[in-house]
Amino acid sequence: MRRIGPFLVEKDLVAPPGRVLAVSTAALVLAFLVAGLVFWAYGVSPWVAYRTIFVETLLSPSGFAEGVRRAIPLLLAGVGLVLAFRGQFWNIGAEGQLLLGAVAAAGVALFVPLPDPLKLPAMFLAGFAAGGLWAAAPALLKLRLGVNDVLTTLMLNYVAVYLVEWLIHGPWRGRTAFGFAYTDRFPDAAMLPLIPGTYVHWPTLLLALLLAGAAWFVLARTTWGYPVRVTGDNPEAARYARMPVFWVVFGVALASGGLAGLAGVGEVAGVHGRLLGAYQISLGYGYTAIIVAWLARGNPLGAVLTALFMGLVFASGDVMKIALQMPFRVTDVFNGLILFFLISTERLLYYRVRWAPARKER
Amino acid sequence: MTEPNALLTLKHVTKRFPGVVAVDGVSLEVRPGEVHALLGENGAGKTTLVSLLYGLYPPDEGEIFWQGRRVRIRSPQEAIRLGIGLVPQHPLLVRAHTVLENLALGMPRGFLFPTRGLEARIAELTRHYGFRFDPHAPVWQLSEGEKQRVEIVRALLQGARLLVLDEPTSVLTPQEARELFKVIRRMRSEGEAVIFISHKLDEVLEVADRISVLRKGRLVGQVTRAEADKAELARMMVGRQVSFERRKPPARPGEVVLEIAEVHASSDRGLPALCGVDLRVRAGEILGLAGVAGSGQRELVEVVTGLRRPERGEVRVLGRAPWSRRRARIAHIPEDRRRQGVAGGLDLAENLILHDYGRSPFARGPLLDRRAVYAFAREQIARYRIDPPDPRTPARLLSGGNLQKLILARELHGEPPLIVAVHPTYGLDVGATELVHELLIEQSRGGAAVLLVSEDLDEVLALADRVAVIQGGRIVGEVDAEAADRERIGLWMAGVEA
Repeated sequence: MRRIGPFLVEKDLVAPPGRVLAVSTAALVLAFLVAGLVFWAYGVSPWVAYRTIFVETLLSPSGFAEGVRRAIPLLLAGVGLVLAFRGQFWNIGAEGQLLLGAVAAAGVALFVPLPDPLKLPAMFLAGFAAGGLWAAAPALLKLRLGVNDVLTTLMLNYVAVYLVEWLIHGPWRGRTAFGFAYTDRFPDAAMLPLIPGTYVHWPTLLLALLLAGAAWFVLARTTWGYPVRVTGDNPEAARYARMPVFWVVFGVALASGGLAGLAGVGEVAGVHGRLLGAYQISLGYGYTAIIVAWLARGNPLGAVLTALFMGLVFASGDVMKIALQMPFRVTDVFNGLILFFLISTERLLYYRVRWAPARKER
Repeated sequence: MTEPNALLTLKHVTKRFPGVVAVDGVSLEVRPGEVHALLGENGAGKTTLVSLLYGLYPPDEGEIFWQGRRVRIRSPQEAIRLGIGLVPQHPLLVRAHTVLENLALGMPRGFLFPTRGLEARIAELTRHYGFRFDPHAPVWQLSEGEKQRVEIVRALLQGARLLVLDEPTSVLTPQEARELFKVIRRMRSEGEAVIFISHKLDEVLEVADRISVLRKGRLVGQVTRAEADKAELARMMVGRQVSFERRKPPARPGEVVLEIAEVHASSDRGLPALCGVDLRVRAGEILGLAGVAGSGQRELVEVVTGLRRPERGEVRVLGRAPWSRRRARIAHIPEDRRRQGVAGGLDLAENLILHDYGRSPFARGPLLDRRAVYAFAREQIARYRIDPPDPRTPARLLSGGNLQKLILARELHGEPPLIVAVHPTYGLDVGATELVHELLIEQSRGGAAVLLVSEDLDEVLALADRVAVIQGGRIVGEVDAEAADRERIGLWMAGVEA
């Protein structure tokens, strides 16, 4: 216990939800304050910047819709990462898994002859499978050979990027692309419907929300989720209880890769309509999904809110580009600062601060 | 009131935690060359008192004097600088690093090659005090007893003049404890002071010069060794008379439940840990397995509970291998209850279904029946008097005794034919120890085979019907508990006489 001014600071074993909320909010406020310094250094008044962002994203229907559109891949990949982190699979590779999902969807859309009504379902299935396989390889390496999953999942992201680049420059380059590096346009039956007036591909949104709910239910209420929670909390106890730790880790790896793959399907079938450059398909959604999962603190339903929040941060990137003539990549600064402050305030969750003015010393 | 020659003096020290006064106006003195025992049950405030001395938190009230000078100990570094060394109850070591590297951590040495030169000093200390350990072994491979020795050496290396030992013997064999007592006596003869914290009367009487008894944070008595009386101390400690005898009906051994034949297995380090173990435990009897820490107990337990596959030999529980899919139910009370026995972030009710979550009534198809889970929890909480009684309490908030009750409730549920209990009363107070012992006896007399692994020879002799001694990965002796001779068992444990 320490005294800081009139406050007493004590260690506490539990972090009540109120404190989690307060500390997370404080971390976000700090991130915004420091980002304000960046604006100021760029010659934009932070006050004007934040007011503009607030008005253009939260108060403008089209701006908000943009935030929702960005939140869709974040939610899918974020829910997957919540599962992975709960099961002690440190998946940093959602970005690559997302790209693999996009590749698989494009492959089905362009090259697999299927009746029209089956096209989209087949694309989602293929995307899930491809993303899942991209995560399954590091999971197997971890489980069988003890290879560090953070490194393998991260490095596979780059492999995925170059796979996409090779496909669009080489075998899959479109006949109608006139020298540009992208594939032909998907047939109409392979395109997702949008909410009119926006770019929100609602079937993916619906799927993401359903899967977030399903992930919560599986974790909290089923005999599949229970061993995941035990393994995530204490792998030693899981081993002691003879739980199938192999299948737990492999299962969450497949699920998280698969969900990221679905996010990739949504991006190509809902937004772009073709496979194009890796950095055009994803604005780093797979990385930002790590923040989404972290902020959600292990709760798949929490990811709904945090994905929307991070989606709005992306939408604010558009605002900054158009209204303030700042580079879109300022959003990366945001993301980095948010993650930095979230992780660095983590320890504070386990301290209780009490108001207790000092008594006079005798 | 401060005696001029006191090394350490506490005056009316009080420490409150939310909802509890952990240390309540305690005054005491430790003189150079004195072994001062703090005796008390778990929760009596012993560990809190130590934390105050070691600078982990300041007292709310009262004063601490070091060599007559008032001090505020704000951090462990300051405590170490003064010359207060702590050997914690649960060793605080970096598991992935070697003993040597761990010891180098606490030392003010050069930035480069921090372990250089340290080895010679360690060798000297270990020779002087008669410790045995391998400074190049990674800590995760050490037994609890070995880790404790590392902590003692660390404190000595840091130049401690007052060594605080928090429940030191709970992980030691009688021989190891005797070794420790030798170290303590040597420190005393060199004018150093020792605070010895324990709830075991016998060892306190063996080693202490002065004994302070704590109960519920208060100092309830202080006696010198000469005037100490065992029964009186026990009464002060628990506030009621306790019996030291375990009454148990005679064993009527039935069929062989656990059969181990010629089992060979390796440790995590890949070294041979079991070298041809033969052992049989029958229904209705308690077999006590005694042995020095690190003699193969851990590997034997893992082989019996199916966590480790032997390289050679047979293990059968009711005729089936314990690692097979259709194994018999085996209750396993693990060595480290906090690290192995529970998922601390999950609540009490969820921890109670660790084995049975996939079975009726807790599962209906793939769904968990939460009503059944919580009903079961309330039932067990009432039966074992687990405190706090809320099934939604995260398991990591439970005290040691309540955690053990939780594990017992779970493991003993469903009439397991074999119970493997490893140090089942380690760190528990008198009341909880009594409960554990009664449960084990009750289970064995009800027809379960019990394999009791303990380094506490008193416990083994009090509970077991037969005693087997493991040494160097072999069973070196087996004897009926009635006919057991303490000295002979001790020699077996030490590997002197095969």
